[in-house]
Amino acid sequence: MSATPVLALRGISKRFGAVQALTDVELEIHAGEVVALVGDNGAGKSTLVKTIAGVGPADDGVIEWDGRPVTVDRPHAAQELGIATVYQDLALCDNLDVVGNLFLGREIVRAGVLDEVEMERRSRELLSTLSIRIPSVRIPIASLSGGQRQTVAIARSLLGEPKIVILDEPTAALGVEQTAQVLDLVERLRERGLGVILISHNMADVKAVADRVAVLRLGRNNGTFDVATTSQEEIISAITGATDNAVTRRKARTTAEGTK
Amino acid sequence: MTTDLSKDPKDPQDAPQEPQDTPQAAAAAVTAVDPRLLVRQEGFAGYWSEFRRKLRSGDLGSLPVVVGLIVIGLVFQLRDSAFLGAENLSNLFVTASGTGLIAVGIVFVLILGEIDLSVGSVSGLASATFAVLNVNHGMPEWLALVLAILSGTLVGALHGFFFARIGVPAFVVTLAGLLGWNGLMLQVLGANGTINLDDSGLVAGLTNHYFSDVAAAYGLATLSVVAFLLVSLRDSKRREAAGVPSRPVSEIVLRTAALAVPAYVVAWLFNEYKGLPLAVVIFLGVVVALDFVLRRTSYGRKVFALGGSVEAASRAGINVSAVRISVFALSGTMAALGGMFLASQINAANQSSGAGSLLMNAIAAAVIGGTSLFGGRGKTWSALLGVLVIQSIASGMALLGIASAVQYMITGAVLLAAVVIDSVSRRTQKTAGRA
Repeated sequence: MSATPVLALRGISKRFGAVQALTDVELEIHAGEVVALVGDNGAGKSTLVKTIAGVGPADDGVIEWDGRPVTVDRPHAAQELGIATVYQDLALCDNLDVVGNLFLGREIVRAGVLDEVEMERRSRELLSTLSIRIPSVRIPIASLSGGQRQTVAIARSLLGEPKIVILDEPTAALGVEQTAQVLDLVERLRERGLGVILISHNMADVKAVADRVAVLRLGRNNGTFDVATTSQEEIISAITGATDNAVTRRKARTTAEGTK
Repeated sequence: MTTDLSKDPKDPQDAPQEPQDTPQAAAAAVTAVDPRLLVRQEGFAGYWSEFRRKLRSGDLGSLPVVVGLIVIGLVFQLRDSAFLGAENLSNLFVTASGTGLIAVGIVFVLILGEIDLSVGSVSGLASATFAVLNVNHGMPEWLALVLAILSGTLVGALHGFFFARIGVPAFVVTLAGLLGWNGLMLQVLGANGTINLDDSGLVAGLTNHYFSDVAAAYGLATLSVVAFLLVSLRDSKRREAAGVPSRPVSEIVLRTAALAVPAYVVAWLFNEYKGLPLAVVIFLGVVVALDFVLRRTSYGRKVFALGGSVEAASRAGINVSAVRISVFALSGTMAALGGMFLASQINAANQSSGAGSLLMNAIAAAVIGGTSLFGGRGKTWSALLGVLVIQSIASGMALLGIASAVQYMITGAVLLAAVVIDSVSRRTQKTAGRA
């Protein structure tokens, strides 16, 4: 693993009116690493992702790219740096075919005319290097299953040759087999040396593919864990706030009574 | 893999067919494709099974309208043998071209999933503008024609601006346009309300000029067929070289023949009467050119993308407002151009220009031809097919001397049938997972 992280967030803060959504959040992603970003609802995961993707710039803090501070104030700036974001509600056009969706907004044009042949060839190449199994690249997206759509959406983000891919709940609403397909794809992204930020609520998914888990709680860092050496319970207690749940409260009470 | 689209226990032979014509180079890429699916057999049999599969999944394409045209033709021919005669059909094509041009613009708007109710008024406004500039102010015809058509572009862009930038629903903006531009047209026409055009001028020639040389119609037919064949062959060769699935030669020949037969029959018909009408040449030219724009340029891809999902399109970096404004500007332009053809037919601009059933006919033509009212699906060719249906009914009724009351009811019923087919096929496609 390289010493300098590809992407590093230093002291990111963000306010919405009276709400302090993020406070001094730190996050580092190295090349070839899958970092799971977990946290309860409202913990600030989406807000954090938006600051990285340039959709909602942070009020405070520094984003470093390859060790140099950069400003990411527009989605375009993030894409130019090499940050690709795959949102939860897949941004795909149902009526276009797979090729049309993969190249939407960056069509290959030859003498002013769409080069369908080249786009189709490159689509097949891309899908096959990622071992994505799609019945045909010429059927409308509407024909695909949820998992297949998700893999197409992820493949689409790779066309811009990004270094960091942000996946927002890629396995939500997917079946067992489809989830497996998407997780396989996440591993392949890592093999290709990409840094992946995986937002997920599903601990099994996180344990399966992530290298590190960064926990957000109430807009603050609440620990970063090495997946291999950390138990699921520890992560969950970091998410829920170990010092503040029914079990710990009872434990605290009983020990307090015991010492009396 | 959990989905199997062409799942059909009745004919297993079109499922696990290995690709036979795939070059070695593509072997790696082909492995990514699920072998259960959509690997077509070669030649005619494969074409047929693909066609049947499409029909079953509700992808009817132009089939209903082609069947409809044949039925209409037969019914009227049985009642009056003049219907399929050269004179009637030639006139039918010429009369259809004005409404057809307007319908081509409507196709673009419908693909966006929107509607333009102002096209009738805009077409009237354009013809009035032309008449005033040319006849009243003595402006050269060509300049007045260009300005009249540009007035349509401007008006369309204005609708687009209110829709895309201000966020007013297109329905309301163009409804305001329907009233407003009609008012402006009446204002422009002034007191006497009718301005007659030069009956040997440029605009009059739009619909009354015929290329009487027999070679013209046959030449155009030959040119189209040969161009189609060459483009298809070249495309197929390129695809084969790149290792992506290509159409077999047999299928290209079949498609070319399917184009050649109607092309030569129509050319022969035209030559039986006065020759190749200029109006038809322009109409076909516009349909082909805009079909190219829609299917082969990144602009067209953007239009379709907006019809599919605005959110996805804007996330892909498409300038949503610009595309929307341009589509409405195009619709306005086509309305103005169509309006010039309609003015040419009566050789005048008058208070009823662009009024009556023109708007409904233009929208109905696009929908009857197979462009979806729900957005995201459509072809410029549907304007041609749809307007032929509408004009055939009108022409046949006129031949039989049936009152326009009945004619409206029948056209209304045909439109309803077209929308029902659209809705049902969309639902079938959804259940078959292809919508």
